[in-house]
Amino acid sequence: MAAIADTPVLYVRTAPAAKLPPPAAGSGFIGWLRVNLFATPGNAILTLACVALIAWAVPPLIRFLFIDAVWSGPNREVCLASPAHPEPGACWAFVRVWLSYFLYGFYPIAERWRVDVFFAALALGIAWLGSISAPRRDLGAVYFFIVLPVLSFVLLYGLPAIGLAAVPTNLWGGVLVTIVVAAVGIVASLPIGILLALGRRSELPVVRWLAIGFIEFVRGVPLITVLFMASVMLPLFVPQRLEPDKLLRALIGVALFASAYMAEVVRGGLAGVPRGQYEAARALALTYWRMMGLVILPQALQVTLPNIVNTFIGLFKDTTLVFVVGIFDLLRTIEAARGDPKWATPVTAGTGYAFAALFYFIFCYGMSRYARGVEARLSRGGRR
Amino acid sequence: MARQKPDPAAAKPARAGAAVAMTGLHKWYGEFHVLRDINLAVGRGERIVICGPSGGGKSTLLRCVNRLEDWQRGSVVVDGVELTADPKTILAVRRNVGMVFQQFNLFPHLTVLENCTLAPIWVRRMAKKQAEELAMRFLARVKIPEQAHKYPARLSGGQQQRVAIARALCMSPNIMLFDEPTSALDPEMVKEVLDTMVELAADGITMLVVSHEMGFARQVADRVIFMDDGQIVEVNAPKQFFAAPQHERTRLFLQQVLR
Repeated sequence: MAAIADTPVLYVRTAPAAKLPPPAAGSGFIGWLRVNLFATPGNAILTLACVALIAWAVPPLIRFLFIDAVWSGPNREVCLASPAHPEPGACWAFVRVWLSYFLYGFYPIAERWRVDVFFAALALGIAWLGSISAPRRDLGAVYFFIVLPVLSFVLLYGLPAIGLAAVPTNLWGGVLVTIVVAAVGIVASLPIGILLALGRRSELPVVRWLAIGFIEFVRGVPLITVLFMASVMLPLFVPQRLEPDKLLRALIGVALFASAYMAEVVRGGLAGVPRGQYEAARALALTYWRMMGLVILPQALQVTLPNIVNTFIGLFKDTTLVFVVGIFDLLRTIEAARGDPKWATPVTAGTGYAFAALFYFIFCYGMSRYARGVEARLSRGGRR
Repeated sequence: MARQKPDPAAAKPARAGAAVAMTGLHKWYGEFHVLRDINLAVGRGERIVICGPSGGGKSTLLRCVNRLEDWQRGSVVVDGVELTADPKTILAVRRNVGMVFQQFNLFPHLTVLENCTLAPIWVRRMAKKQAEELAMRFLARVKIPEQAHKYPARLSGGQQQRVAIARALCMSPNIMLFDEPTSALDPEMVKEVLDTMVELAADGITMLVVSHEMGFARQVADRVIFMDDGQIVEVNAPKQFFAAPQHERTRLFLQQVLR
């Protein structure tokens, strides 16, 4: 003990070190430029190259889409080159005239309010389920996955018993069909995909093999093939009297295809849940389905939500492929309309495709932003 | 509430006595013989501490009590119910056996309160309000009622482990299993968890604790079990166990941990 007491003290702090604010960052706009765009010679070259690329590509696009564009007019004449207008831009007049066809296809004009109500109901469902802070999201899920499908079917297809005339699906078209195909794919693929993912991790070999077989088969086949199979082969398996509707066949094909992809996304999320979570849930005497529904899936889906939305984006764009089995989605209605001799001009096709591109971009970019927002929110939440 | 004494009405005469009885238990992981001929009877209200070198099968033994692990030979009887592969039997046993893990294993997507009410609501079919009152009572008992509405990630390790204890107690178990409850904690948090466990032990609940905390064993255990290489090597009263270990391997182990 004496030896310890005799050892001189090496260091003891007498006054606390001052707490200082962080040093001020680089100075002003020039400083920002130097740090971010011209830090090294390589960096500077890259910056200049990108600026040149933007300068080359963007102005002509803007000129075509906006500055030289024709916004209204009765027929093709306004969109043709003339001395006053030597280089015609996009012919938006054509889109305006055909817009209702692009939205509804041949859906009877008197019944189109039903489509509008469907769009509104769908938007409500997406907003309810999509915003994390919305109230009663459990009710939202019931609405989205149970009420909405029934409501949509009654609205769109009709139910003569309550005074809604039947509208056969071959009259549906345009944005309506695109949204229906995408929505059915999304609403069906999430639950089916979850079941497939659980099946793939099941301890029962038969269930596992079935799930793996289905997932791998569908993933190994292009969507076009699935659509052809659904539209050509499905009728072979059911009696002619019950032969499913052409649109329904395509919907089944899309739903199965999307489910297989969703299953793999969900499986990734499930793999990310630590084993201890399963053990804790089992130790609390939760049954398999309660463990999955209350403990495992909420975590797996939350982590993998951005990937789920990415799959939705892919699915949304893939819906254009249904035109190969003769269904009038948005792209197909544009194809049909641009053949109208009243509007035949060199810029008609380009305008129609620009319209389609804009439509798909708005939806996909919206979903993408949403996924990013959720991701940021989750990492900020720091719940894990 | 944790039951103070075994309910005499629930225990049929033939089943009275052991809370846990393991007979001729063997388990293999592939070729590896992880549990070898385990025979152990734990009385109601008894407090058992299991220690021994890692890889000796302590955790595996503990996890056989609520059948988080299955086994190839032998039998495990918990509260008079023999555990078989039958899911109903397993769930019935798990309802009365609480477990606390080394890594806490709280559910990160639920608040502390929701962690505690989940099983009472979904397994015990308790009303939400009643379950929350129960949970608050146990959270108060582990001394963190003020954290009830936080998410687990916001809590320190010691607080998380105390929530895990409260979560298990909310199911009113007859038996509590602790699988190295302090091994993942920073040193300054070990005491708060051990204190909670000491209080629990005073209530008379049956406890099986896998732990390296020799001080806790000395203070609380009725019997200390030393396991090595998949076997029970020595079972002794704590005084005897620490003062005069009988087996050579126990002596070697104690020399290592009690330095």
